[in-house]
Amino acid sequence: MTVPDIKFVKLAVFVNAAVPIALLARDAYYHELGANPLEFVTHTTGMLTLVFLMLTLAVTPLRKATGQPWLIRLRRMLGLFAFFYGSLHLLAFAWFDKSFVLRAIIDDTLKRPFILLGMLGFLLMVPLAITSTNKMVKRLGGERWNRLHRAVYFAAGAGVLHYYLLVKADTRIPITFGFVLAILLGYRALNKYFPSITERAPVRRPVARSQPN
Amino acid sequence: MIIKKPADIKSSEITDENLYLNRRNFLRGAVLAGTTVATGMLYRRLNASGKKAPATIAARESAAPYHTAEGEAANDLEDITNYNNFYEFSTSKQAVAVRAKGFITRPWSIEIAGLVHKPKVFDLDDIVKLAPVEDRVYRLRCVEGWSMVIPWLGLPLGRLLREVEPTGEARYVNFITLLDPQRMPNQKTAVLPWPYVEGLRLDEAMHPLTILATGLYGKTLPPQNGAPLRLVVPWKYGFKSIKSIVRIVLTANEPKTTWSDYAPDEYGFYSNVNPEVDHPRWSQARERRIGEFGMRSTLMFNGYADQVAQLYAGMDLKKYF
Repeated sequence: MTVPDIKFVKLAVFVNAAVPIALLARDAYYHELGANPLEFVTHTTGMLTLVFLMLTLAVTPLRKATGQPWLIRLRRMLGLFAFFYGSLHLLAFAWFDKSFVLRAIIDDTLKRPFILLGMLGFLLMVPLAITSTNKMVKRLGGERWNRLHRAVYFAAGAGVLHYYLLVKADTRIPITFGFVLAILLGYRALNKYFPSITERAPVRRPVARSQPN
Repeated sequence: MIIKKPADIKSSEITDENLYLNRRNFLRGAVLAGTTVATGMLYRRLNASGKKAPATIAARESAAPYHTAEGEAANDLEDITNYNNFYEFSTSKQAVAVRAKGFITRPWSIEIAGLVHKPKVFDLDDIVKLAPVEDRVYRLRCVEGWSMVIPWLGLPLGRLLREVEPTGEARYVNFITLLDPQRMPNQKTAVLPWPYVEGLRLDEAMHPLTILATGLYGKTLPPQNGAPLRLVVPWKYGFKSIKSIVRIVLTANEPKTTWSDYAPDEYGFYSNVNPEVDHPRWSQARERRIGEFGMRSTLMFNGYADQVAQLYAGMDLKKYF
């Protein structure tokens, strides 16, 4: 397999990652969000946050297991999409459920464990989004940056638990998220001690040139 | 692209650069379009929103002939029939209507047994003949924090119970939903213990507000709303109003009910709408009326306190939630 043109792959990932928000906006415009559109927007953005967190966390296992180092170059965008959908989710909650009354948001956060967990997960993502630029990686230094960005494991864990604690009876979807997260984190643990099992030698072929910038 | 042995290729065989770029652009366009469509289809499949959103309140006020006694307009039929908690079909409120389509409700009989002088198996048509069905426009408050106004068609449950003559020992009424995983496909999963069971105190069951609904908006009850016969107890959270009833048993002791059996600390036997008693995981002080943007304050006994509060005189409603 040749290494694909990363610029094009990034474009394709970006466009695809933006499909849900485009469809959500389209459906809102045409009043096709169902009987409870506000709840629908809140649930959809929450679900998308978890999906993109899982995709972000899948990059490293995927790149190591397949020996395709270029995959790492998609990680930042996926992580920022998780943060983007997470921000929309929080905005929906603060607006639709709490009418932007700060006092009500704080009270509810402290009173309800599932909201606290969601809030915690979001707050953990904030510094990661801020330090996602190349400049910040340089400024922090690779090792420190890596350590900081391990917070994403906890953000994802908090997010899954937040979802699990919210549902009334049908826990199948949150449990599936938990299972996926366990595999993605389990891979990392295994990789630390037995890289010979989990890794494939990276494919090192010349990268196809992208068009000049 | 890696060209290993350029010398092997005649210059006449080398694709013209413009053609190559065109072909590449075409391919990329196809990849972009293809993946976008696939992602869009996946999103739609995993995240169906059900039918159209409600018309605005103003439109409803003018169009809907049904109002509560307090003048609140009924929700659109579209919303009432496409946003349903009916776990026997799906745990997704938007998916119930689709999965309940074609649910066969004839023939249908309802057995009334237990502490009654005249136990009997009623055919659905016999029940409807007991009393003229009447329109009852009720608020429905779901324990999840949303509400609707629904114009039911039905008859008082008390009318049916009088027919079988409860004995002196009868103090509770137990209701049981159909158990048939072939017709109610989600009963094949273990989301809840099946069949769904509910219960009322006998005086609650005999209360004139408590009805057995056979229709809504003047028409036969659609499957997703609990066809062919469901309970409606407007001052209690929606899950008390059990759907697709096949059996009613009068008992001396408080019967087991599905949700309070499933999560006793979250759902009580009474489950009266009460803004002062929170669900352990969320507040019950406010509710979102389907079709409205803001939140409404939830009313004690869902606004029926005048008529039902005396049933609970002297009871600690925080304890008997």
